[in-house]
Amino acid sequence: MLAERDVILSVDNLVKDFPVGQSAKQLMRAVNDVSFELRKGEALAIVGESGSGKSTGARILTRIFDHTAGEITFKGQPLKQYIEQHGELEYARQVQMIFQDPFGSLNPVHTIYHHIARPLLIHKRADKNTVPKLVYELLELVGLSPVKETAEKYPHELSGGQRQRVAIARAIAVDPEVILADEPISMLDVSVRLGILNLMSDLKDKHGISFMYITHDIATARYFAEKTAVMYVGHMVEWGESDSVTQNPLHPYSQLLLSAVPEVGKSGRRELAVKKGDIPLWKPDTEGCPFASRCPKASSQCAQSMPTTTQIADEHFVRCHHI
Amino acid sequence: MEKIMNNDLVLEPSSPLKKLKSLLKQCYAFFYGNPPAIIGGLLLSIVLAGALFAPALATHNPEKRVARPHVAPNAEHIMGSTRSGRDVYSQVLHGGRKSLSVAISAGVIAMTLAVLVGVSSGYFGGKIDERLNFLTNVFLVFPQLPLLIVLAAFLGQVGSLVITILLGVTSWPWGARVIRAQTMAIRSKEFIISAEVMGESKWRIILVEILPNLVSIVFGGFLGAVLYAMGAEAGLGILGLGDATEVSWGSMLYWAQTSSALYTGAWWEMMVPAIALAITGGALALINMSIDQVSNPKLRTGPHMKLWRQLKKQADIRRGLR
Amino acid sequence: MSNLLEINNLCVDYVSPNGVARAVNNVSLSIAPGETLGIAGESGCGKSTLAFAISRLHKAPALISEGEIIYNGQDVLKMNNKQLRDFRWNDVSVVFQSAMNSLNPVITIGEQLTDVIMAHKKVSQKQADERAIELLNIVGIHGDRLGSFPHQLSGGMRQRVVIAIALALEPKLIIMDEPTTALDVVVEREILNELYDLKTKFGFSILFISHDLSLMGEIADRIGVMYAGNLIELGEAKEVFGKPQHPYTKGLIASFPTIHGPKERLYGIPGNPVNLLEIPQGCNFQARCGRCQDSCHQFEPSLKLTQKGHQVSCHLVEEVAAC
Repeated sequence: MLAERDVILSVDNLVKDFPVGQSAKQLMRAVNDVSFELRKGEALAIVGESGSGKSTGARILTRIFDHTAGEITFKGQPLKQYIEQHGELEYARQVQMIFQDPFGSLNPVHTIYHHIARPLLIHKRADKNTVPKLVYELLELVGLSPVKETAEKYPHELSGGQRQRVAIARAIAVDPEVILADEPISMLDVSVRLGILNLMSDLKDKHGISFMYITHDIATARYFAEKTAVMYVGHMVEWGESDSVTQNPLHPYSQLLLSAVPEVGKSGRRELAVKKGDIPLWKPDTEGCPFASRCPKASSQCAQSMPTTTQIADEHFVRCHHI
Repeated sequence: MEKIMNNDLVLEPSSPLKKLKSLLKQCYAFFYGNPPAIIGGLLLSIVLAGALFAPALATHNPEKRVARPHVAPNAEHIMGSTRSGRDVYSQVLHGGRKSLSVAISAGVIAMTLAVLVGVSSGYFGGKIDERLNFLTNVFLVFPQLPLLIVLAAFLGQVGSLVITILLGVTSWPWGARVIRAQTMAIRSKEFIISAEVMGESKWRIILVEILPNLVSIVFGGFLGAVLYAMGAEAGLGILGLGDATEVSWGSMLYWAQTSSALYTGAWWEMMVPAIALAITGGALALINMSIDQVSNPKLRTGPHMKLWRQLKKQADIRRGLR
Repeated sequence: MSNLLEINNLCVDYVSPNGVARAVNNVSLSIAPGETLGIAGESGCGKSTLAFAISRLHKAPALISEGEIIYNGQDVLKMNNKQLRDFRWNDVSVVFQSAMNSLNPVITIGEQLTDVIMAHKKVSQKQADERAIELLNIVGIHGDRLGSFPHQLSGGMRQRVVIAIALALEPKLIIMDEPTTALDVVVEREILNELYDLKTKFGFSILFISHDLSLMGEIADRIGVMYAGNLIELGEAKEVFGKPQHPYTKGLIASFPTIHGPKERLYGIPGNPVNLLEIPQGCNFQARCGRCQDSCHQFEPSLKLTQKGHQVSCHLVEEVAAC
């Protein structure tokens, strides 16, 4: 049992709609009634397939998107209030993001030095005299030695893993409270992935940075994060302590995900507990449980009403009618 | 290495000398194994040198009568003389000056407008994009050369300044289109989103993060605009819509046309400006083509292909296929 | 039982402006009828290059400089155009990684199927259509979708269409290059189930290329591991997973966190994949190995038999006489 740490960032009943269609008059609900907390020095993994809305959440927290409804609370204050008091720049400093594509997250025309120096200068963490020293320290911290040589290079001269380390260095340069990592390792070579995860782990433990780790890979979610949440079509269907959720999944969708993962030695056809159904396109007025069309346990109740949250254990929650 | 910790250096630890060296290295890499670039570059340099040093290189005053009409090329007038007895060689040099300065200025005006419209459209999106897009499309729909002809005819015989502005103001839409598309592509790249999340101001993002990525297409567009402007200026000139009293390649063609140069056998009066235009146009096109090769390495036909053919031949022989 | 395909001492080079890189270095392996051979490795190891060489898909500046590929007693590399045409798709077909890259977006899937059929067999349009519907049914797609365009199908369905096209002429060997990497885990499981069924029904061999070791451990009979162009380990799947011999294989297996195993810190493999234009003298893996002897820096190791059928290319491993 983890001692309860301070909540840094919390989200309650978050909703996000996007206009779709020819005239952009119809709405599509990408995130529906999602709530979670990020605690100091702790990682929360958001696991889901494509279209689950997991990336949208992160983009709302970094204010790339506005949210349609719901509350975001940062360090105990409602987000609007915090920004009014401390400014947008200060919030941007405290909530940083790392992206999936190591080839797209660095500007090809600028040196590595530029990439790390800019945040330091924008947020006035250093002046022009102290910037070089800080840049080299950061590069050392993320394991990119020799630091002076690396600083002079351009992105295309580094490998995918090295670029991702630069992205991490850039994010921690401004001493953030929270880092949102959107599938940071899925485009990297297998042997390099653990290095990045371990680096993030060290930053979490030694520097008290909270992480939101978005992934489709449950194994790395369990490895890296203390808490895990499973998302399906914009809804959070199960969440709690990682070991609890991954070893004892209760929601039929979580069970489906876990049973589908390939395992060494387990050859042969594996029947999945899922009906042949369409994945719903969620609209603001859609009713019922999102998994109803494919759930083997679905009943008429499931098609009509959204399940409420059931608490299974101290740190394990599910939204399902059939628990 | 001590240089790096020097307090005088602001953002980049590399000294200006190092940057110059890297720039030269890039230029060399551009030309190496790139025949179109080399030939185009050479020809363009010759043309530019001729235009730049026209007063020094010309043998006579291009506007004065210095010989008998339609004298064939000889030692004194190496490209012959026109109907009015003016030295063709001196004319082509001074004319080049005029034509090139019109073309280059028009190119600069066109690309500046293209960048302003394209980048704003691509980066800001929404209403701004809608309106600028509409503007671009309106200008694109107008057939340019007929428009120029009508405007020039309407304004009477216009000087080269007006022609420059006309050309600049009608040829920006092509570049704007391309720049808008590129800007939109770059804008959705994660390093831009990252800069925004980091708190960079919008203007810095446009100037420092996006524009440097557009350099090659802006430059390519500029060369294309210059090429077009040169042709358009010559076209207007030969139709007599330019200022026939100024010496330019277009006006040279006009006078050659009105004096029936080819018909009377004085081919040099028409051919010299025509060939000058062709060489310049060709050089610009070649350089444009080679820029394409640089940005898309797959188009390269460098020396390594020769090596490949050699190795393939050896492998085939080993396999007994040849 | 004689082998379906034998690759002997294959070398593939890439000629670039910066030099000649050897992407596949002296690789020898064989595939038996009905067997699934997996080739595992990371980016740049040469596995895709090896696969494409079998069907002679390489164009300049790639060059198959040495070796032979024997199919049915004939060397594929010596075939003339007619023989090659007959060989391709009739005997060997290929499934690529991203279906959207291999399907023509402006042609219906029915047409793409019938194109393949009619290019190789003299049948009428009607007969080809019938066969196309048959093939779609085999991969679990309703015949109604004959007139659909690729973008109208989901990712999983598109990949099934690609598999259907690969099966069109009943080849004896299907090369699959990361066929499920771009798919979500549930869809991947459905495709795998499909593959198991098809294998049982038609008995073709599969050359399965992937970086996902758990997937490999499930589906492959034998596994080969490649690094920097060399085949460094080859053996039965159980052997390679249970008793990996090469340091790289060991490191690779240790790079995958498990869902159900104990939660311990893993380390992956330090360093970065080697630049093929700058391979060191001796073993290609020396920079990342950590257990090098003198011989590792001087001599290139070659594949040695260690136990029944298990081959390893490493100086640290003792050779065992074949029993």
